[in-house]
Amino acid sequence: MATLILKRLGIGLVTVIAVSLIIFFGTKILPGDAAQIRLGQSATPENVAAFRARLGLDQPYIIQYFTWLKKFMVGDLGTSLASDVPISDLIADRYKNTVFVSALTAAIGVPISLALGIMAAMYPGTLYDRVLTLVSVSLVAAPEFFTATLLVILFVFVLGVGNAIVVGSTEGKGLFELISHFALPITTLCFVIASQLIRMSRAAVLNVMSSPYIEMAILKGVPRKRIIFRHALLNAIGPIVNVVALNLAYLVTGVIVVEVYFGYNGLATLIVQGVQTRDYILIQGLGMIFCMTYVILMLIADIAAYASNARLRHPK
Amino acid sequence: MTTAKQNDHYVAPYDASVSFDELPDSAPSSRYKPSWTGWLGIGVVSFWVFIAVFGPYLAPLGENDLPFPDDYSEFQMPRPGAWLGTDESDRDVLSRLMYGAGRTIGISFAATLLAYFIGVVMGIGAAISTPRVDMIVSRINDAFLSLPTIMLGLVVVAAVGSSIPVLIITAGVIYATVVFRLARALGQEIMVMDFVEAARVRGEGRWWIITREIWPNAAMPLMTDFGLRLIYVILFISSLSFLGLGVQPPQADWGSMVRENLGALSYGVSVIPVLAPAVAIATLTVAINLVVDDISAHSGGKLSKRL
Repeated sequence: MATLILKRLGIGLVTVIAVSLIIFFGTKILPGDAAQIRLGQSATPENVAAFRARLGLDQPYIIQYFTWLKKFMVGDLGTSLASDVPISDLIADRYKNTVFVSALTAAIGVPISLALGIMAAMYPGTLYDRVLTLVSVSLVAAPEFFTATLLVILFVFVLGVGNAIVVGSTEGKGLFELISHFALPITTLCFVIASQLIRMSRAAVLNVMSSPYIEMAILKGVPRKRIIFRHALLNAIGPIVNVVALNLAYLVTGVIVVEVYFGYNGLATLIVQGVQTRDYILIQGLGMIFCMTYVILMLIADIAAYASNARLRHPK
Repeated sequence: MTTAKQNDHYVAPYDASVSFDELPDSAPSSRYKPSWTGWLGIGVVSFWVFIAVFGPYLAPLGENDLPFPDDYSEFQMPRPGAWLGTDESDRDVLSRLMYGAGRTIGISFAATLLAYFIGVVMGIGAAISTPRVDMIVSRINDAFLSLPTIMLGLVVVAAVGSSIPVLIITAGVIYATVVFRLARALGQEIMVMDFVEAARVRGEGRWWIITREIWPNAAMPLMTDFGLRLIYVILFISSLSFLGLGVQPPQADWGSMVRENLGALSYGVSVIPVLAPAVAIATLTVAINLVVDDISAHSGGKLSKRL
């Protein structure tokens, strides 16, 4: 078990290095370089050359890569090309919104979806199960902005509560005020992860329910509720943790769309701005942060899968 | 281990114990007869395909024409002359929706085809090549798979700018990684079957084995997966356009229409300019999902669980 986790951590590390290579060299194929972008078309060649030397752009790519990686590790993300402000300052202003919305989505969306999914697994084939399945099949294939639009129309236009557009910062607001402030983005993201979580947790529990020891318990005459809570759930915990980690990783995409949709400042809107202004130092730094979050969640998902599935632990 | 394969981006550990449920146990049963949800899906998909192909000819106006050039007519409610109202630049929402259909569906379809071409060739290629080559190709593939697709898209668009060919190639290459995994696993599973062994012993060449033995058996699971992949590509392209990094204005495309008209939610008379393209994407993707679900339920596969 320990060696497997170490091996998986090793693969994770290799992935992070590969990701950093993709991001670094992906942004290097840009026509023109940072100095040219920063100084604009009117800059003299001497100015550009001096600026290149200051940014270290006159060095070979491979050296630039290692310098960049070393700086990233100690938290130095460089200076934005578009606004000449350290990237870490830009992030400091905005990360709270992103973290707050993601954390609340996880805190609210995960338990509710799991409860719904497990209930569907408890009563498979009933009307409740079929309606839930149909709704989640539909929602899983719908884009985030469709769900967001429906919610805005329902809450803002029909019920007359909430804000279509979220403005301002999280500073100096109580928790309750914050929740109402971000109610629509959080609800949208909850729907996004719920549709997957419900289906997957239902499948995970049903999967355990079809194993022989559960059949044994049924034949023994153990009540259904007791089977689920005492026998099945314990063995479904691994797959469920796996499913939760996967879906939180999926939030990375959802957060980008939702932040732009509701127009509040977060890390995702920052990276979109970076792409529009071709501020590739910003893209490199933020891209690494997003991808590493994703890789770490995937790692947790895999380790949960190993922990729960003896067949993965002892490959043939 | 069904949960291991349910996410689009998920990389299962490369273990022999991970097998594919999609492989048919027996010959596919009689012809596919859709259930009512299947028919509903087929109907909606056909409708959108029709609009995608003939939309520009049927649209009442050009995509950038103004139905009421003399009025101040931003975000108007539907009325004669503009049956879905007008958008933020006073243009006809219905016409833009019909022009946009071809772009959204066409780009996504082309990208999925490209993804399949690259993914299937590389995947089956990896399955029949030496373990060393297979491992190297698979590891590189894993690195790409472990990135959020939208991030890869952002990096590419930042680097080379956005245009329709760039979108098709980007989405095609990104989603080829997922197809690669499926095709490789299918190829490996089929490679060890008796009839392939028999063909090899018979002295058939590699090409013959691929086209005559592996492909016919891998085709069905790959076809159903094609539908799922198409959904993801449509969502990917629409999300990029929604972020302003996909199809560029003034060209209409469903994702960018949602973005352009977001203002309608805060100060518009009508929310239709935002709602209509969002509903168009959702009905299309949900309909494809219904068809895929129905086909895989019919063929007894477990693909429906994978979304």
